[in-house]
Amino acid sequence: MGLRKMFEGRNPLKVVTIPLLLASLVGSPAIAQSPTYGVGRTPTAEELGRMDIAISPTGEELPPGTGTAKEGAQLYLQKGCIACHGAEGLGGLAPALQSKQGADVNVWKKERILPLRSPYATVVWDFIRRGMPLGLEGTLTPDEVYSLTAYLLVLNHVIPEDQVLDKENLPTVKMPIGDEFGKPHEFKLNAPRLKGYPY
Amino acid sequence: MDSKRSSRRELLKLGAALAGGATVALRGTAQAQEHTHPTTPSPENGSPMIHGSKEQIEYGQRSKYVTSVRMAHPMGGRASPDVFGKVFHVATPLQDSVGVITPSSLHYVATTRGSYLPDIDPKQHTLTLHGLVDRPLTLTVDELKRFPSVTRLHFIECAGNRHDGTQKTVQETHGMTSCSEWTGVLLSTLLRECGLKGTAKWFVAEGAEEVKGASSIPIAKGMDDCLIAYGQNGEPLRPQQGFPVRIMVPGFEGIYHTKFLRRIKLVDRYYMNYNEFGHLRPEGKELALGEQIGPKSVITYPSGTQQLPGAGFYEISGLAWSGGGAVKTVEVSTDGGKKWNRAQFKNVPQRMAHVRFAYEWRWDGSETEILSRCTDDIGQRQPMREEIANWWKVPFERNYRVPGLDNSVMPWKIARDGSVTNGLA
Repeated sequence: MGLRKMFEGRNPLKVVTIPLLLASLVGSPAIAQSPTYGVGRTPTAEELGRMDIAISPTGEELPPGTGTAKEGAQLYLQKGCIACHGAEGLGGLAPALQSKQGADVNVWKKERILPLRSPYATVVWDFIRRGMPLGLEGTLTPDEVYSLTAYLLVLNHVIPEDQVLDKENLPTVKMPIGDEFGKPHEFKLNAPRLKGYPY
Repeated sequence: MDSKRSSRRELLKLGAALAGGATVALRGTAQAQEHTHPTTPSPENGSPMIHGSKEQIEYGQRSKYVTSVRMAHPMGGRASPDVFGKVFHVATPLQDSVGVITPSSLHYVATTRGSYLPDIDPKQHTLTLHGLVDRPLTLTVDELKRFPSVTRLHFIECAGNRHDGTQKTVQETHGMTSCSEWTGVLLSTLLRECGLKGTAKWFVAEGAEEVKGASSIPIAKGMDDCLIAYGQNGEPLRPQQGFPVRIMVPGFEGIYHTKFLRRIKLVDRYYMNYNEFGHLRPEGKELALGEQIGPKSVITYPSGTQQLPGAGFYEISGLAWSGGGAVKTVEVSTDGGKKWNRAQFKNVPQRMAHVRFAYEWRWDGSETEILSRCTDDIGQRQPMREEIANWWKVPFERNYRVPGLDNSVMPWKIARDGSVTNGLA
């Protein structure tokens, strides 16, 4: 009622323009950057440090530490990995950690084994830290995680037996899959799943 | 004499209760019911009475004659229960479903580690948003609820929801999809509050459970319609659905809908988490078909193992959905795909939600095959399996496996005796 009165006798074009202008302002990031509700608190740096376990393929979030396959082999027994994954990652009830197939077989034809098929060694490191061992997830130290990662990579002939893994060289490990994997496409809103796919 | 005294006592009790206020009054009535109503049929009342138990009063139960239940689902060849005795996937009984809402108790479940469920105290739980934002933010569940909320109908479907000739019922072929009404705060509301930086391209959504399950999601999706949900079908989320907080990523594979959500990190690149490792495919094309659910529909009545009593009128009924938007049309064929008939909607189709469709059919009693197919409002349509094989230029075989998510048409065979079986068998 009030609105209609406001716009009475005016150029109808303007009537349309004003709401449009408002809508475009709301959608613009420039205006959306100030806190509106003021609810919640700022997490401390210490809290974020403890919580932030995400590791990107480039690995700059990796904590300092070192590990070798030799230490990893001991930890594999001490931490009980062997109970579920079997000796040297074979024959257990949990997923196998070593391929039974020869070096000449294409990685896509081999079993889906994390330390073999992952395009980045960082994913192996990340999953051991966040997801293992069963019932004691998140308790391994960075050195222990580097060592277990080294052990699994050696089992799958990815790195030499004596390589010392650390924050710097872990992201540079050349995984067997190389560049032979599908890259994520750019997601577009309200667009079909795959351009040119008729369904 | 005794019974007279007893009913007098009940009356007194009831009177006292009424005087004591509404809550007490309810309890008093229930006790009175327990003592006075017969449990065997009387001439005036053909049915026995359900006891007014504490459970029936506080959190009502369905009739004992309703026995529809979920089932452990042996998906992707993974035995369920598995070698550790854990059930990884639980499927919804779609064959018994009516309308579009899946009761929370019957919503499908997929987990990282079987039946391990974190028993989270919502008073202790927080959600933190950080990374490429101007102001990192930590919210308790109560604080999250103070933000403006939205309530939306959305389906969730597991990427492993595939149909093949070995399955018997629609619960086995399609039971890893469910639809609920979700209530929560749009992620865009929270990201504006934090001051999203222009360099943010992806975000990592991480759960608080033992393995801290995490997924990478494009920021365009996050700003469009992702929802930080705390409510499901009018009450808090169930633990199996991520209590106290989960993220809804409408139309994306189920695994993206991170449960027990504790953290959202805004990042400038694709983070390959263990979940993304699971999505790895040799080709980008197949990968692209494995994120957003394609347009899909299935007839739930009549469906596998059901029995038609004889020739005559039937309302063929089913569900349709799409991860790309709202369902636009559904067609039903009752002659094996020769003629397609427009089905009617039983509710208004909504974006990334199940819609109930129906088609009125007079069965003449002869052997036939019934199918459904749909289109969505971004121009996608549900294909036949053969069409998919042709597009990929591979020979079509009986056990053809659809690349990416399987949204192909599902046939049900109806025999002369009215028995319904899997048309792919």
